[in-house]
Amino acid sequence: MLHKNHNTLTKMQAGQSGTVVEIRGGFGLVRRLNALGIFPGKRITKISSMLARGPVTIEVDRGQVAMGFGMANRILVQLDVIQ
Amino acid sequence: MRKILLVGNPNVGKSVLFSRLTGVRTIASNYPGTTISYTQGFLKLGEEKVEIIDVPGTYSLEPNCEAEEIALQMLNTGDIAINVVNATNLERSLYLTLQLMERGTPLVIALNLWDDTTHRGIEIDLDKLRELLGVPVIPTVAVSGEGIKELVEQIPNATSPNIPSRTTAERWATIGEIIGQVQRIEHRHHTWLERLQDASVRPLTGGITAIGILIFTFLVIRFIGESLINYVLDPLFNTLWAPVVMALSNLLGGSGFLHDIVVGKVTGGEVNFVEAFGLLSSGLYVPFAMVLPYIVAFYFVLGLLEDVGYLPRLAILMDTIMHRLGLHGYAIIPNLLGLGCNVPAVLSTRILESKRERFIASTLVSIAVPCAALQAMIFGLVGQRGAQYVVMVYGTLFAVWILLGIIMHHAVKGFTPELLIEIPPYRMPPWPIAFQKLWMRIYAFLAEAVPIMLGAIVVINVLYSVHVFDAIANVTAPVITGLLGLPKEAVTSLFIGFLRKDVALGMLARLGLTSKQLVVASVVLAMFFPCIATFVVLLRELGVVDMLKSAGIMVLATLITGGLLNLIL
Repeated sequence: MLHKNHNTLTKMQAGQSGTVVEIRGGFGLVRRLNALGIFPGKRITKISSMLARGPVTIEVDRGQVAMGFGMANRILVQLDVIQ
Repeated sequence: MRKILLVGNPNVGKSVLFSRLTGVRTIASNYPGTTISYTQGFLKLGEEKVEIIDVPGTYSLEPNCEAEEIALQMLNTGDIAINVVNATNLERSLYLTLQLMERGTPLVIALNLWDDTTHRGIEIDLDKLRELLGVPVIPTVAVSGEGIKELVEQIPNATSPNIPSRTTAERWATIGEIIGQVQRIEHRHHTWLERLQDASVRPLTGGITAIGILIFTFLVIRFIGESLINYVLDPLFNTLWAPVVMALSNLLGGSGFLHDIVVGKVTGGEVNFVEAFGLLSSGLYVPFAMVLPYIVAFYFVLGLLEDVGYLPRLAILMDTIMHRLGLHGYAIIPNLLGLGCNVPAVLSTRILESKRERFIASTLVSIAVPCAALQAMIFGLVGQRGAQYVVMVYGTLFAVWILLGIIMHHAVKGFTPELLIEIPPYRMPPWPIAFQKLWMRIYAFLAEAVPIMLGAIVVINVLYSVHVFDAIANVTAPVITGLLGLPKEAVTSLFIGFLRKDVALGMLARLGLTSKQLVVASVVLAMFFPCIATFVVLLRELGVVDMLKSAGIMVLATLITGGLLNLIL
């Protein structure tokens, strides 16, 4: 079950920010994302996603990273609560 | 001699820095993975001469693709590393820095893109950073040359601070601590360039941008190419060069073996630069006045797109489509480069992660992506018959590209990983470096095309005079005439196509083909065996077995497509 404030990168809205809580993938995926600075605890903002299960673009640190839908679907993010 | 390596993340400016240090020209662009092999140069450090090596970019010391593997192999051979760090994204860059330190490689850090930090609201405490890392840190701006002198002075001070091996999580924790102490970020509002950046990766605005850029590209290439031909090169050849050639023709007696090699066939007291086929007529006119203008135009526009940083965004837009061809979005880069020349295109498949992707991409490029030289000739010769014929050639090649991709996607074993790329910010092209790149590409074309063109003319004239081609033509007639509907003499130019496709199409012009035959011949020439230069890199990059498979697909696809075209048209 997903926590109320948790969502996968694919389901986040463009413009939403949050903190990565989990990467549900194998060693290889975790390692590749890690080298790009994406790992649990990292703050990210979603920029956009393409139609038809296309890639998702996010902002991490001061750079942008684009990844395939399947990968983005494995990244769980705790969304910022807007007060 | 000591070896100094330039190591760092992709797209941080290593190649530009390399050019600054060694004076050796390199091709630099604004997308990760421009450098797919290493380049070497030399630098004087006082009395000592050292070797400098530009290494492909990598995010970590665990390689994910061929280019990163090369980087890792190079690292084992170096004495000192200049770690090129992106000052606007210190966090990500420091991961590799820590890994390098753990290996014990003596380091100097070049904090590149330093000029970008100010207008991005990033403040870095240099002294603190030096203290925490324990190695020399020099802010640099490779494109303007700022800080290069200081960097060179600091190379002898490279040290290895001997830190223990860490786990990934520990590394990021250390980086967090360092960043917390040295970097301050001032919140900035989005600039218009950043808005444009985001718009080009959203579905609707991104699609509109892509179509706009496609139209712009096409118009600019045509405008530059045609202007150069109509207002510069054609007048030059027709008013200045033609009288010289004719005078020489008279001097040589107007005909004969030597005359035909030097001047070519002259009919009615005039020399037709396309069809004459002599060294001083077609040998110069085809490369300089027909192909060169489009080479200049194509690489000018491609360079612009590369330097602005648009290509990775195109990869995002194309990702879903490319997956249908067994590739992911980033494979659009080899395919686009292939529209210039297939050789760098096949080499650039090294940025793709799996063997399957590299096979599919290389095969697609060498079969269905016509190089700029061939395209120039298609524009020039097929275009004379009417725009609809040019559309037929391109339409067929595009259909082959899609269908062949779909077939290979289902037939080739292995898997295609998902897209994962860093998207660089949009930047204004650094003009001096952009023009240097344009010049390098033009020079590479001339250096290869002109000698081969001239050589081919001599060889063809000799072979014609001893009637070698007649024998070959009779043997291959069933395929050439029966299947493809071309005159049997067309086989000669298909053979020459192995050397250079532009020359080959020029030869076809002499056979008096109908428009339909010209369309079939252009498509067959584009798809059939790659030119010798592409063949060599295919062999090297794919290995013998895969090269043979690729060639088999090539022959089959060409015969089927050519045969079908002949039936339909």
